[in-house]
Amino acid sequence: MSASGTDRAADARTILRRPFFWLIGVVIAAFLWPALNGDVELRESLLLAAVYITLASNLNIMLGYCGYINFGSIVFFGLGGYICVYLMSAHGWPLPAAALASGIAVSCLALVFGLGILRLRGAFFALSTIGVNEAVQAFVSNFEPWGGSAGIYLSTELFQPLGGPARALWIIYFLLVAVMGLSLYLSYAIKSSKFGLGLLAIGQNEDAAAVLGVPTPLFKAIAYSASAFLPAVAGGLYFFKSAFIQPSDAFDLTLSTEAIVIVMLGGQGTIAGPALGAYLYEELRGWLLTSETFANFQLVLAGALLLIIVLFAPGGLMRWIHARWPRLRNVLE
Amino acid sequence: MAGILASIVDGLLVGAVYGLAAMGITLIWGVMNVVNLTHGALIVAGMFALYIATSALGVPPYLALPPIFVAGFLFGLLLYWIAVHRMIGRPPLMSLLSTFSVNLVLIGLGTAVWGTRLFNVAVTLPGVSWNRYTFPGTHILAAGLTALLAGLLYLFLYRTRIGKAIRAVADNREAAELVGIPTTRVLSLAFALGSALAGVSGMLIGTMFPFTVLSGDAYQLKSFVVTALGGLGNPTGALLGGIALGLIEGLATPFMPVSWTLVIEFGLFVAALILFPRGIFALRRW
Repeated sequence: MSASGTDRAADARTILRRPFFWLIGVVIAAFLWPALNGDVELRESLLLAAVYITLASNLNIMLGYCGYINFGSIVFFGLGGYICVYLMSAHGWPLPAAALASGIAVSCLALVFGLGILRLRGAFFALSTIGVNEAVQAFVSNFEPWGGSAGIYLSTELFQPLGGPARALWIIYFLLVAVMGLSLYLSYAIKSSKFGLGLLAIGQNEDAAAVLGVPTPLFKAIAYSASAFLPAVAGGLYFFKSAFIQPSDAFDLTLSTEAIVIVMLGGQGTIAGPALGAYLYEELRGWLLTSETFANFQLVLAGALLLIIVLFAPGGLMRWIHARWPRLRNVLE
Repeated sequence: MAGILASIVDGLLVGAVYGLAAMGITLIWGVMNVVNLTHGALIVAGMFALYIATSALGVPPYLALPPIFVAGFLFGLLLYWIAVHRMIGRPPLMSLLSTFSVNLVLIGLGTAVWGTRLFNVAVTLPGVSWNRYTFPGTHILAAGLTALLAGLLYLFLYRTRIGKAIRAVADNREAAELVGIPTTRVLSLAFALGSALAGVSGMLIGTMFPFTVLSGDAYQLKSFVVTALGGLGNPTGALLGGIALGLIEGLATPFMPVSWTLVIEFGLFVAALILFPRGIFALRRW
């Protein structure tokens, strides 16, 4: 119990001593680089990286901590995008309110839904997440207020309150970087909490965790819901930037597949892993897309990469780093 | 009224083929506790094998069935040794991921070769007419072949020594190992058999409906719905579950747009898993 002011100050000092915060700072500083020299091309590729890191590190909460694979994590992103774009175009909400509302709405839906499907264990849960994606996509494609399969176009006038399109794109970029930072922080906060300990126990052995008093269905549902919030906000921002949303873009399974590859590549259950994995995957993808022969084989190579990781290095890069430099274990979590 | 009845009968015929696809999944699940996410890709492989056989080689469509079965079996053996063998006994997360990644590779290769356009294998078979409705001959023959294959599978599992070994491993792998059953070989055999069933069901679906490289996901989902209805690890239940799903599709299609069927089927999947975790037709396992 740290009720008094001096204790709080002491807490703040120990937090500052955690290397994790300095690392998050360094990562965010790297993302602020294009702002200094106004490099728009670099900004676009970093924006995509921020989206990847957001999706991957939130996926990691389910996959790495609880050991529950969510094949349809893109639902959060797409649904968030839809709610945000709809609120702005049909009801004239300002961007911050619409993005926040989409996060809250998707998170609540995930909680309600999670309480249902998370009663299913392991493989059954994974299968139902594939179904969730199909079902939501079918629903949205038939839902007339959201434009059905044609989607929703945003008028460019909506960029005016942010100071015109050029300035709006920068603002969205900074907001997405902030969402990415919050995602990393959320991963950290959950992992270092008692709640996170419960999730890790579920990941190790769910029956044992339940016997030891972890309310497993509730914890899993809360984790599912928490991992929905920031991807939904990111989806809102991302599709506001595109000024267009349609079901096949919003619920593109490629993106959630790539998020899985990123988490496994970086190291499941670690905080820095998804960021590291996203960086490496982006590099790899950029290199492949420029090569003529490989451009058509992106999914093939993503699949092959995933297979190799699962077969030979299930701990990903972080486990290799931890084994190579044991001292880093306390620094890079 | 007659229209609905015709739709139901047609649903039952198609549902039998879903049952065949699901028998492949349920066999693999029952024996090694692995959820095979390459199933959809194998179904698509069966469809394209049929396409190649009929268009490039000029083979009559139904004569392609035995070679597709054999090819599916051999391919399944290969897959088992590459992607599944090391996952046996590891957390379900790992086998899900490894079969998922193989699925990505296969679908990616298929997309690179054939793109995502629609393919159609024209099969000319006289249909059976009833009132104003005609049941396509392809649907009737597919259901008939499914019944034949299901019967053969039953005989194999219950009457032959290898089949009994498969059931013993499904029941208790340690005990099977103790009485001298080479369990690893049995596991690879079961996986290969499941893959062959996926390929053949894909081929039969290819005779009935047009398909794309990406059709596999929908049929894979249907197979999982069927297994959830029939109880995982229960081949007889899978066939009954398939027929039940066909019945539901037949009942639903006259009343709603096609794109909603997946939503309903998915709802059924979750409901069946929560309400009847051992399947609606789980009278007895194996």
